[in-house]
Amino acid sequence: MHIPCPLCGPRDLREFTYKGHDTYLYRPAPDAPPDAWNAYLHLRDNPAGATRDLWYHGAGCGAWLIVDRDTVTHQISGAALTRGLRNAD
Amino acid sequence: MRYSGWQVLAQGILGNRGWGPAWRDPAPKPAYDIVIIGGGGHGLATAFYLAKEHGLQNIAVLEKGYLGGGNVGRNTTIVRANYGLPGNSEFYSHSLKLWEGMERDLNYNVMHSQRGVINLFHSDGQRDAAARRGNAMINQGDDAILLDREGCRNLLPYLDYDQTRFPIYGGLYHPRGGTARHDAVAWGYARAADRRGVDLIQNCEVTGIDIAGGRVTGVQTTRGAIRTKKLGIVVAGRSSQVAAMAGLRLPIESHILQAFVTEGLKPVIDHVVTYGMGHFYISQSDKGGLVFGGDLDFYASYAARGNLPMAEHVVEAGMTLMPMIGKARMLRSWGGIMDMSPDGSPIIDRSPVEGLYLNCGWCYGGFKAVPGSGHAFAHLIATDRPHEAAARFRLDRFATGHGLMDEEGTGSQHNLH
Repeated sequence: MHIPCPLCGPRDLREFTYKGHDTYLYRPAPDAPPDAWNAYLHLRDNPAGATRDLWYHGAGCGAWLIVDRDTVTHQISGAALTRGLRNAD
Repeated sequence: MRYSGWQVLAQGILGNRGWGPAWRDPAPKPAYDIVIIGGGGHGLATAFYLAKEHGLQNIAVLEKGYLGGGNVGRNTTIVRANYGLPGNSEFYSHSLKLWEGMERDLNYNVMHSQRGVINLFHSDGQRDAAARRGNAMINQGDDAILLDREGCRNLLPYLDYDQTRFPIYGGLYHPRGGTARHDAVAWGYARAADRRGVDLIQNCEVTGIDIAGGRVTGVQTTRGAIRTKKLGIVVAGRSSQVAAMAGLRLPIESHILQAFVTEGLKPVIDHVVTYGMGHFYISQSDKGGLVFGGDLDFYASYAARGNLPMAEHVVEAGMTLMPMIGKARMLRSWGGIMDMSPDGSPIIDRSPVEGLYLNCGWCYGGFKAVPGSGHAFAHLIATDRPHEAAARFRLDRFATGHGLMDEEGTGSQHNLH
């Protein structure tokens, strides 16, 4: 798999670390009810098909990316910086 | 027909014309008392134990493809009970005891071979952890022997004992562990369940789950609607999709695990061996192929095939440990879809929907659990109470944080196991 890093161009999978589904962009408020934290940390749609997930370009530019990917075909249709997206940590 | 040596002899003399199909191929009835979704190892074992242990009749197993066509036919066939944490420890111990009686229970040769599992360690810290785990196994009533370097050399003379980067300090030896013929486990349970009257319905994909007033009333399938009051979901990597039909969102993320097999070789590896400093484990099948694997690819996927970086890592780890395998030619590699739970331990529990039962989250360790999981899930479905060996496999442990079983000590979060 190659991920098209917006800063570095298409780069090999080996340069990236996977974080998980873009659920991680939507961190609940510190005082949110436990259900919200359970949903954020544990519950997943786990789609078979199109998904959006977070990857860290650790062996490249160090950027956090949000990648549009298909979990059935491994096709990657795009990647963007997470900077500016809501709640990105 | 009851299988026996005499039958093999008699059929051999009669030209093998007397063998019939091992199970029926029934059309679905309009209603069953219990419907199990998923005709893999766990689903077939569940149906078998529902009939055998609880005397229940009128059970169907629905399989979207063919029986045993999923992970039970795609794994690396290792059977062991070497877990350290309460919850997992008693469950896998229970499962291993069922393995030991399985061939008699099923009247089927699953080629269960207790050749021993050896987990190698490569530092003082790893030795301490192995000793602790071994003590936990012994306290559970299972077997464990802490081998030193010479003990390992006696059993595994082919390892590279000269390398200095990750020197072999010893290994934790679990003699009752081993392997089994994976397809035969599915076939054995299928045949035994069928003989007890369970309808095994293949090419029957569930397309919807009917719920009325918070209770399960039936399923919609590609072969028509089926009414039932008790529905068990045992579909491994597809758990999220099937549970979504009932409006549930599960703490599951599906990942790839790759496995590899070489051409057939004369016997060289007598045990199951795992490497403590790189994720690599290996055994030799009865056919002669070296069967080995490593870690997840570490991204969510349903592709049932992996990428090269992990293949490279696995092969490198194998070469570090036992350079002799470098001369073997790889025959094929494949990937399975793992239903990964956040803490790396499974779920066997009731769901918020009345009459709907969940069995999922087996991560990359479902094969050894087949009999225990089927046995415990059958108990839960039949009695509405968890089996004592699986009482801690609760769905709500993630929401409450109580009773998490994080065997690797990495934290209860996706993508850490």
